[in-house]
Amino acid sequence: MMGIIKRFKMPIIIGLIFAALYIIEPTMAEKSTDVTRNYFKEMALIMPPVFLLMGLMEVWVPKDQIQNWLGSDSGIRGGLISLLLGTLPTGPLYVAFPMTATLLRKGASIGNMVLFLGSWAALKIPQLMVEIKFLGIPFTGLRFVLTLTGLVIMGFIMDASLGRSSAEDWLPKDKDEVMKKDKAESH
Amino acid sequence: MGTIIMIYGLLAIFLLISLIKSKEKTKKAFKVAGKGLLKSAPSLLAVLGIVGLTLGILTPETISNMVGAEAGFTATIIAAVLGAITLIPSLVAFPLAGSLLRSGATVTTISAFITTLVMVGIVTAPMEIKTLGKKFTLMRNGLGFLFALLIAGIMGMIL
Repeated sequence: MMGIIKRFKMPIIIGLIFAALYIIEPTMAEKSTDVTRNYFKEMALIMPPVFLLMGLMEVWVPKDQIQNWLGSDSGIRGGLISLLLGTLPTGPLYVAFPMTATLLRKGASIGNMVLFLGSWAALKIPQLMVEIKFLGIPFTGLRFVLTLTGLVIMGFIMDASLGRSSAEDWLPKDKDEVMKKDKAESH
Repeated sequence: MGTIIMIYGLLAIFLLISLIKSKEKTKKAFKVAGKGLLKSAPSLLAVLGIVGLTLGILTPETISNMVGAEAGFTATIIAAVLGAITLIPSLVAFPLAGSLLRSGATVTTISAFITTLVMVGIVTAPMEIKTLGKKFTLMRNGLGFLFALLIAGIMGMIL
């Protein structure tokens, strides 16, 4: 019982904030509830298939393949693959977090993953279209170039400070038996 | 909607291939997926709640009041912080940014808002920490914020 409460500490705290908001500002609270409900619907539809796709990748794609495409020796080609994967019209950023974790465990480099997450969030093609429409091509173009440059530099910085140890050392511990077995096989 | 169709389409194709190749491995994939989903459920719920709260409180009108009322450096910092906190769909964010720009906000302020909006995610941080760890999340968002300010400064100088 205590374990469950501990695991759901954050949602419980947020639920309490909602309750307080309903007492202080009912209209605001209703609006917040509406937004949460809409996002919940979206997430409930997107998350299960995304996790299943990640599960399939976990099981089928060999580690050295990912290392080859996206590892620290993948060079410019690895960077381009990360950028391309990120800019594809997929989903909201929270979909990319579990993907990134899986790719890191499979040997992708931190620099490439920073580029992947960054382009997913900041350089998505449908998003750029909207941006051009409302802010113009000079604004969008300049932001694209500067953001891409910034992400590459960020990737180098994070690689230098986190990349010295293996991803397993700093990623949240995974108690998954399947993964443990996988690791044992690859050693 | 397009996203959802694409994801389910991809899943259907890969699942079929996987089932044909090996039932055992497909079962294992389901197990990995289930465990992952269960593990992220609390942080997913938390993110949903935080998104609702921030969007309920920081409506586009509130944001435009806050950014529009100030000028210069203060406005830029406010815009950057608001951008870092909120998670607004681009279909809402870009028209908002465009109208702020026309009503007199500087390019630096608007770029600060847009770049932190897309590069820094405070409301999604609980989930990022859960899947990618504290160190990675702090560095990515912290550096993202600094670079966003830098980008905004450069854009203000050029445009």
